[in-house]
Amino acid sequence: MSDAPEMDTWSDWRPAPLLPTQDGREGSLAFVVATLCFLACLTAFALLASGRAAGGWRQQLSASATVQVRPKAGETGSEAAAQAAEALAAVKGVAEAQALDRGAAERLLEPWLGKGNIPDDLPIPHLVTVELNPKAPADAAALNAALTAAGVDATVDDHSRWMKDVERSSGVVRTLALGAGLLVAAAAAAVVAFATKAGLAARRDVVEVLHLSGAQDSFVAGLFQRRFAWLAARGGGYGALAAVALAALMRLIGGSDGFTPVLPIAWSDLLAAVPCPLMAACVAAVAARRTAMSILRAEP
Amino acid sequence: MPNSVSIPDTDFADPDDADASVAAAEAYDAPPKPRTSESGDLAFVAEPVVRFEGIGMRYGRAPEVLRDINLNLAPGSFHFLTGASGAGKSSLLKLIYLAQRPSRGLIHLFGRDVATLPRADLPQMRRRIGVVFQEFRLLDHLSAFDNVALPLRLSGEKAAAYRKDVAELLAWVGLGHRLHAMPPTLSGGEKQRLAIARAVVNRPDILIADEPTGNVDPEMSLRILRLFVEMNRLGATVLIASHDQTLVRQSNMPVLHLADGRLVRA
Repeated sequence: MSDAPEMDTWSDWRPAPLLPTQDGREGSLAFVVATLCFLACLTAFALLASGRAAGGWRQQLSASATVQVRPKAGETGSEAAAQAAEALAAVKGVAEAQALDRGAAERLLEPWLGKGNIPDDLPIPHLVTVELNPKAPADAAALNAALTAAGVDATVDDHSRWMKDVERSSGVVRTLALGAGLLVAAAAAAVVAFATKAGLAARRDVVEVLHLSGAQDSFVAGLFQRRFAWLAARGGGYGALAAVALAALMRLIGGSDGFTPVLPIAWSDLLAAVPCPLMAACVAAVAARRTAMSILRAEP
Repeated sequence: MPNSVSIPDTDFADPDDADASVAAAEAYDAPPKPRTSESGDLAFVAEPVVRFEGIGMRYGRAPEVLRDINLNLAPGSFHFLTGASGAGKSSLLKLIYLAQRPSRGLIHLFGRDVATLPRADLPQMRRRIGVVFQEFRLLDHLSAFDNVALPLRLSGEKAAAYRKDVAELLAWVGLGHRLHAMPPTLSGGEKQRLAIARAVVNRPDILIADEPTGNVDPEMSLRILRLFVEMNRLGATVLIASHDQTLVRQSNMPVLHLADGRLVRA
């Protein structure tokens, strides 16, 4: 006589996970992935902020030029600068040209020499600041031609040297950030691969029973793949949230420009953290599957 | 009637049910004759489902535990495998259920040389072999129900399709009231029956059991044997490793005997 199955309790029954769900080591793995994602998100924020800062600097530099005027014999510096400003103002692509008086020039030197420390007889360059039309800026050649035509001895600095510095620095930062991102991804993959090896070793009894019951290698690998992908997604989520919280704090505590005005963080930058959990899950899934398959295929 | 395994009309009785116990014992006293029972170097009348040719097996660099094994198991046959502890019974079974590879010789399962079998084909072959392990090898984190349903899940069957069948099979082996019990909470006999249910749920072509009566009393041994006889009657080729000589003698089934790593006629 057989006893009756407990069919009445089955309404909410679902097949149980084939891998044991409780494993203390998985908490450590989630913490490591969270830390890596936190660092990756901060790197992304720094990259976006530096890109924005570089863009601003580039825009400022490309929208202006500085002309240093050398007065001829019998001519004052102010007269030469005024003549140069007049000639430059007529050039197409120039929005405004303004000769700096001695007071304005001294103010430019104050950060280095100190206020009131500039002797009256100190020869100060005679400068003309030129604001260029941002849509169609005049180039250095056009400015030089106009000055030559006006008979002014002057040197045009169109800031291209600084532009190159900014662009090079921006490129270096981009490359470093990309390298850091790849390094973080590789570290996450290595950690997950190690955890997969440990998991397969710890669950060897389960894996053997699954195999002997007819499980494909890909099926068993899929169990570890899903387990670690979900774990990495969770860890990545926590890491991204922590990075967003920190960035938001830095944006809030420094007033309108944020805590790091030189590297201004925009609220929209925080969206860069959104794909982090998904990317962590993808990296973990690939690492876990490749590791598990390579181990399982080596078995008899 | 379940799709996965046809449950015999006779229940696998509850140990406390005296009437059922008598019925099971009577059924055992008159076991059905296996359709074929050739073994060893004997002739066979059908293509063997298991065929060993000159099999030797060693673990690492240790001496061979199996030597020059030649064996044919015909479809639907029923054999006992006997031998002293360490004679190589479990090793021979492991070769059949593809848990180990031989050091030498050829193994054909269902007419296919397992040495040349692509790894991707192994699972399909293993699904045709039900195994009752000596140490049960139940998954402690799964309920009794999920343990039995495991082979069906691995075959890709949907839960809705096998739920009723598995419940009925568990009821048949007397565990209908322990569907959601976890293996560590089960007694030795209950674990044994659970392991047997898992082995037969997929209605395998070959049913292998390693000391399936090692942890139960004589009465339970008879009931377990009765189950294997039923499975054999349903068409499974059965091979049971046992050192229970009383049970083997009572069964009146052909015996393969291992001595010093060699297969001899009992």
